[in-house]
Amino acid sequence: MPAIKLRVNGREAAAEVDERTLLSTFLREQLDLTGTHVGCDTSQCGACTVDIDGITAKSCAMFAWQADGAAITTIEGLADGDKLHPMQAAFREHHGLQCGFCTPGMVMTAVDFAKRNPDPSDDEIRHALEGNICRCTGYHFIVDAIRTGAKAMRG
Amino acid sequence: MYPFDVKIPTDLAAARKAFEDADDGLFLAGGQTLIPVMKQRLAMPGTVIALERISDLAGIKAGGSEITIGAMTRHAAVAADPDIAKAIPALAKLAGGIGDPQVRNRGTIGGSLANNDPAADYPAAALGLGATIITDKREIAVDQFFKGMFETALDAGEIITAVRFPMPECAAYVKLQHPATRFAMVGVMVAKVGSTVRVAVTGAAPSVFRATEMEAALTLKFEPNALDGITIAADGLNNDIHASREYRAHLIGVLARRAAQEAIS
Repeated sequence: MPAIKLRVNGREAAAEVDERTLLSTFLREQLDLTGTHVGCDTSQCGACTVDIDGITAKSCAMFAWQADGAAITTIEGLADGDKLHPMQAAFREHHGLQCGFCTPGMVMTAVDFAKRNPDPSDDEIRHALEGNICRCTGYHFIVDAIRTGAKAMRG
Repeated sequence: MYPFDVKIPTDLAAARKAFEDADDGLFLAGGQTLIPVMKQRLAMPGTVIALERISDLAGIKAGGSEITIGAMTRHAAVAADPDIAKAIPALAKLAGGIGDPQVRNRGTIGGSLANNDPAADYPAAALGLGATIITDKREIAVDQFFKGMFETALDAGEIITAVRFPMPECAAYVKLQHPATRFAMVGVMVAKVGSTVRVAVTGAAPSVFRATEMEAALTLKFEPNALDGITIAADGLNNDIHASREYRAHLIGVLARRAAQEAIS
C-alpha cells in the first residue's frame, strides 16, 4: 500500500492508503473530514471539490496517492475559528443553498474562482459553476452569493 | 474497482520499464476519464503507471512557426497560456471549453489524444490544425494517428510526450455542448494552415474525421457561404438519445459555417 504524507487544512497527515482509495474517501473516512461530499461519484457533480496546491479538483476523480506531498484545503479549512470565510458568509447571507448538499463544493469552487476573477460578471460566475451541480436547482441565490463573496474577498 | 498495483516513475525509461514489467499496465495521465472508467470496471488494469511525476512531460514551448505542448500539460494551462492565446487563439478557446473548471485543472492533452473519445475536443484540434504527435519512439502525423473509436496508432506501451501544432493563418472551433456532460454533441475545427484548409469534426462519428468536401470548398473561397449546398451524409454517424444521426449531420454544416465565420472575423 502506498504511504503518503500531505498537509490538509494546515495540518500534517501521514497514512497508508489502498491503491484504490479515492482522495474523497481518504478525506472523509481516514481524516474524518466529512464536509467534502460525494454526490455522484462519477466526477460530474462537483460536491467533492477541494483545493490542491492552489487549484480546484474533484477529489472523487483522484486517487489519494496522487495527493502525496500536496497541500489540500477542504471546506473545513476555510473558516478562521468561528469567523466564516467571506464566501461562506455570503452563501449564508443570500441563502445560497436549499438542501445544502452541494454547498461545500460550490463554496470551494467559488473561492478559487473569486481569487482568479475578483470582480466577475454574472455570466462568468455561471460559467465558473459548470462543474458544480445543484439538484435543488437553486442556482440563482448561489450566483448572488458568489457576487457578494467575491466583493467581500477583494475587500 | 478491482485491485491494482501503482507505479510512479519519474522518468520515461522507468515508465517504459514499469509497463514492460506489468501484467496488464495502463498509463494514467490526468485521470479524468480513466478513474471514472475504472470505477465502472470498464477498465481493469493490473498496474496503473502514473505519468504525472515525470516533470519534463508538462510545459508549452513557442518557437518559429510552431507551438509544442507537453503531453501532461493540463487543459487550464493551455487555455491560459499567453503564447497560445496569441498564436492559436482557437486552441486556447477549445482548451478553455473542455469539461468544466475542475476537469480542466486535471485533464491533459496527451491523455485526451491517447484516449480518442469520439466526443472529445482535442482530437478535433489536432486533426484540424494538422498537428504532429510526438511519442517516446517517433513522430506521428495526425492524419495517421486516429484509427477509430478509442483507437490510435500508438503501440502498446508507447507514450505521447508532446504535441506540435503549426501556427495557422486563422482557425476557429465551434461546438454544441451536451449540457450535462459538457462533451461535444458535434464540434468542428476549421483552420487555414499555409494554403491548406482543414475541417475536423468531433462528436458526430465513432472517431474524429475530416470533412473533405468542405475543405475543398473553403480552399477555393474561405467564407461561410462557400459551404452552401454541401450536405453531410447521416449514414454512419452517431445516433443516441441526445441527438439523431440526421441532427448531427445537420449540426456539422451549421457549426462549420459558424467556425468559418469566426475564423475570418
